[in-house]
Amino acid sequence: MAEAATILLDVQHLTMRFGGLVAIDDVSFQAEPGQITAIIGPNGAGKTTIFNCLTGFYAPTVGRLALNHPRRGQFLLERMEGYQIAQKAGVARTFQNIRLFPRMTVLENLVIAQHNKLMRASGWTVAGLLGLKRYKDAERQAAEQAKYWLDQTNLTDRADWEAGNLPYGAQRRLEIARAMCTDPVMLCLDEPAAGLNPRESNELNRLLRFIRDEHDAGVLLIEHDMSVVMEISDHIVVLDYGKKISDGNPEYVRNDKNVIKAYLGEEEDDDLPEEVKQDLEKKGLA
Amino acid sequence: MADITGSVPEARSLDIPSMLKEAGITALLVLALTIVMVGFRTIDVPGGISVNYRFEAVAVSVGIAFVGRLILILMRRGRSLPAMLVLGPLVLLQLLALLVPDTFGILQPYPDPVLNWLIVIVSVMLLARATWANWHTSQEFTREQLEKRQDESAAKAQKILGYLGPVLLIGALALPFFFSGDRQMIDIAILVTTYIMLGWGLNIVVGLAGLLDLGYVAFYAVGAYSYALLATHFGLSFWVCLPFAGAMAALAGVLLGFPVLRLRGDYLAIVTLGFGEMIRIILLNWYQFTGGPDGISGIPKPSFFGIPMERPEEGVLSFHSLLGIEYEPVHKLIFLYYLILALALLTNLFTVRIRKLPIGRAWEALREDEIACRSLGVNPRNTKLTAFGIGAMFAGFAGSFFATRQGFISPESFTFIESAVILAIVVLGGFGSQIGVVVAAIVMIGLPEIFRDLQEYRMLAFGGAMVLIMLWRPQGLLAHREPTIRLHPKGGAPEPGEVGTDAPDAGGTPETTAERP
Amino acid sequence: MQNTFEYFLDQLINGVTLGSIYGLIAIGYTLVYGIIGMINFAHGEIFMIGAFVSIITFLTLGIMGITWVPLALVIVLVMSMAVTSVYGWTLERVAYRPLRGSPRLAALITAIGMSIFLQNYVQLLQGARTKPIQPVITGGMELMSSKMPDGGTYVVSLSYLQAIILILTIVLMTVFTIIITRTPLGRAQRACEQDRKMAALLGVNVDRTISLTFVMGAALASVAGTIFLIRYGVIDFFVGFLVGVKAFTAAVLGGIGSLPGAMLGGLLIGIIEAFWSGYFTVEYKDVAAFGILVLVLIFRPTGLLGKPDIEKV
Repeated sequence: MAEAATILLDVQHLTMRFGGLVAIDDVSFQAEPGQITAIIGPNGAGKTTIFNCLTGFYAPTVGRLALNHPRRGQFLLERMEGYQIAQKAGVARTFQNIRLFPRMTVLENLVIAQHNKLMRASGWTVAGLLGLKRYKDAERQAAEQAKYWLDQTNLTDRADWEAGNLPYGAQRRLEIARAMCTDPVMLCLDEPAAGLNPRESNELNRLLRFIRDEHDAGVLLIEHDMSVVMEISDHIVVLDYGKKISDGNPEYVRNDKNVIKAYLGEEEDDDLPEEVKQDLEKKGLA
Repeated sequence: MADITGSVPEARSLDIPSMLKEAGITALLVLALTIVMVGFRTIDVPGGISVNYRFEAVAVSVGIAFVGRLILILMRRGRSLPAMLVLGPLVLLQLLALLVPDTFGILQPYPDPVLNWLIVIVSVMLLARATWANWHTSQEFTREQLEKRQDESAAKAQKILGYLGPVLLIGALALPFFFSGDRQMIDIAILVTTYIMLGWGLNIVVGLAGLLDLGYVAFYAVGAYSYALLATHFGLSFWVCLPFAGAMAALAGVLLGFPVLRLRGDYLAIVTLGFGEMIRIILLNWYQFTGGPDGISGIPKPSFFGIPMERPEEGVLSFHSLLGIEYEPVHKLIFLYYLILALALLTNLFTVRIRKLPIGRAWEALREDEIACRSLGVNPRNTKLTAFGIGAMFAGFAGSFFATRQGFISPESFTFIESAVILAIVVLGGFGSQIGVVVAAIVMIGLPEIFRDLQEYRMLAFGGAMVLIMLWRPQGLLAHREPTIRLHPKGGAPEPGEVGTDAPDAGGTPETTAERP
Repeated sequence: MQNTFEYFLDQLINGVTLGSIYGLIAIGYTLVYGIIGMINFAHGEIFMIGAFVSIITFLTLGIMGITWVPLALVIVLVMSMAVTSVYGWTLERVAYRPLRGSPRLAALITAIGMSIFLQNYVQLLQGARTKPIQPVITGGMELMSSKMPDGGTYVVSLSYLQAIILILTIVLMTVFTIIITRTPLGRAQRACEQDRKMAALLGVNVDRTISLTFVMGAALASVAGTIFLIRYGVIDFFVGFLVGVKAFTAAVLGGIGSLPGAMLGGLLIGIIEAFWSGYFTVEYKDVAAFGILVLVLIFRPTGLLGKPDIEKV
């Protein structure tokens, strides 16, 4: 494992209970800056719950979530409110069910992501109301940053559309662009490839590599699409029923017995219908 | 929604029995609705109460329902000609009955002329529609198409009104000169402008921030009582009290908002409604402080920035002696008009500007999706509180104006119905639309005031109009939203619908040319 | 005197009677909210119409000479439920159904518009003055009596009227609970509550189910109207507003969308009001009701029995 100074996110003993249900059970892992870390696991393994703990939507029952911001120092995310995590600790996220501001334009979506910077520039609204130059400059800069990300996500032509009118794939890209406009040090993506066609999926891979390589942001990724995960991840954490069952680089995880078991259910072979078993054997998986 | 299909209705076969059945059911329904409530009337008799009957009104209502429904069915089935043939003679007969009551008065459906005229107007509208439909083929739209068309027409109307803006403003400024002698018209103008200002204020809370506030009138009351108490107890002038009244209302807004703003939409609605009622009940019962139901009277009129507007007395500087013009009481009214116009314009200017500031955008974003806002570092609580506080502040300003205009206030002026009216103006105008508020205020406040003679039907029509406008345009009259910031000049880039759904994606990855900011 | 148990019992009986009225109306709010997610602001007016139909029927029966109280009461209840149900049905059909799928505020404004319309409709037809009625049911039974320190006796009694109100409310609520939990209609309602589209795909007639929900809500509100009339003896066209708002408060207090919540909320608001009037001041009883609502919502944002609102992210 890397040294403490180079660790971006350090999750220790994270446990989350809902009533009697243990959604996450004592999970620890680390993510490094400039790397793509993927969290995978079958449905209901607790992946999104980890995201919700990291971004302040849930307060974890037990655990320490330390984020080392390269310029601002360490933040303990479990003690912060959701909006502070985005504002101060520099953690941005996207959602499994896309959450844009549908009746506002694409550009407006990206400008709102720069809210805190612009609030300061507008002198908490006073300077802005008076129409001072300082705010106008800041707004122009914000639009430029938005334009940069629009170019990266291939949305520049549609900057003035209502976000709700964009096709599905473009909405996914816009959500990533919006998250990047907050200048994050860690970007959490919740199934960004869900519902994308192969071409869009490739496009997404390129975008994620670009974010990792050019922007020094760590990417934390939940994904079902194995082709995406195996191709672009530097590091994979595998969950099953809220427990971590594997942790390592793609090659290691691919060959980990625990992972194969979790995904294919080895010991339940007997319960499989005959056709399925034959099918599996044909593919050489069982 | 099931009956809205995208197809063009053709003249379907006339299935007479089914038509009669449908009309018969409507008639039965009307019978059930009216037999007790219309058929019997409670009357006061010595020593109690009794009832008398008016079954002829029930019979007429049932008949009208039957015929009306038949005509509607005919029109819906594309048979405008028979509809016209039925409607035409009926309209003629009704007109005869109304215009020549001596001979044909017996044909009047109801004893009340207002109702009869209403029936004539509706019949004529139906006739016009049937006639039009007879020569044109109309098309039925799906909900999305309808909404899109409504948005387009609203955008067009807003554009026109935008060009007309300066004209309207000049019109508003020049209004007292058109009606210089007509106190009543200026009174109505003041009233309408007050509601426009309140609508613009509430628009910040409901239209922009999406917080459903059913107790807005509470802040109006706080502003009014603040000014009234300060002016009557300490003799402070209007101009000193105005900012203070606004601040008090804003403070009340923040104090209420702090605990309750995390509640979801409808819970917030009932809590704000409750808060509005609580303020009213406190004003009603705290005799020592507020005068209870008697209210506060003798609230001074505002001065012209310190120069009194009163009838000039010897040796006292007054507005009229300063300008050397003859004193006329109506001048005071005109001054009040300009005062509220200035306050309203201030509210408007403020809202237009703040929409383009980060706080304004954050309000709209919160209305759209609070969870996404949090994930972007927008503090939901503070952002909502500012919206609530600023909205309340403008209500406070309007309230102190109300107090100074009336010279007398009592809790009766601050009932729930006022909150409902202001909210109706905002929603009917189109959420967040500034010009929509003006249109809605004129329609909902101005028109009923002009028809004050029909006193007893006024609120009935008011409620009915609220329903009809919402059914006609669920998004509000002028609900088109203009972006607060643009990348491309207007019309410079493709709009949705002009290009294929995903056309720009087809070219694959473009070069990344932009510099990193 | 205020600190005796007898006085407490008296206030409790008053509170429960009042709470029955609120509870019956609150069910209408909660059902409609549950199934189409809108505040049916005109529901208070439906209650008011129920009260007016009751008074007219009572007076007409009086003129016809039917004065045997049990028969008259049954006729009045049936009449009031029948007519008021038609109003509830028409309200939904004319004003709310065309707006399904429109912005929620549009439906709310329509409901407020209908409320104003119905108030003025009744005012126009029946006049603006308050309508008094002679007490219909008199007499009562003594629950307990005790000597007061000042020598007098304090009698706690349950009037027959109050007993009838309580029995009627309990019967109606039981029947109603059975309808919701045991019948196909109730199942359809609960299905529409969860997912209207899916229910429609599975063959539930959604429009009919929603209509019937309004009809049931209106029928219960009309009974509340009858009870209100015979309990307080006066009504006017404006009576629906405050009672309606407080019944809605009760529904929210109990957790809107929850049937037991509406009954509990109604009882609580009634009891709070009765005790506040009995022990403190009558003037501020409404402030107390709203104040308790705010307090409850601060600590339980979805009401006492409402399902906690877990944010789905």
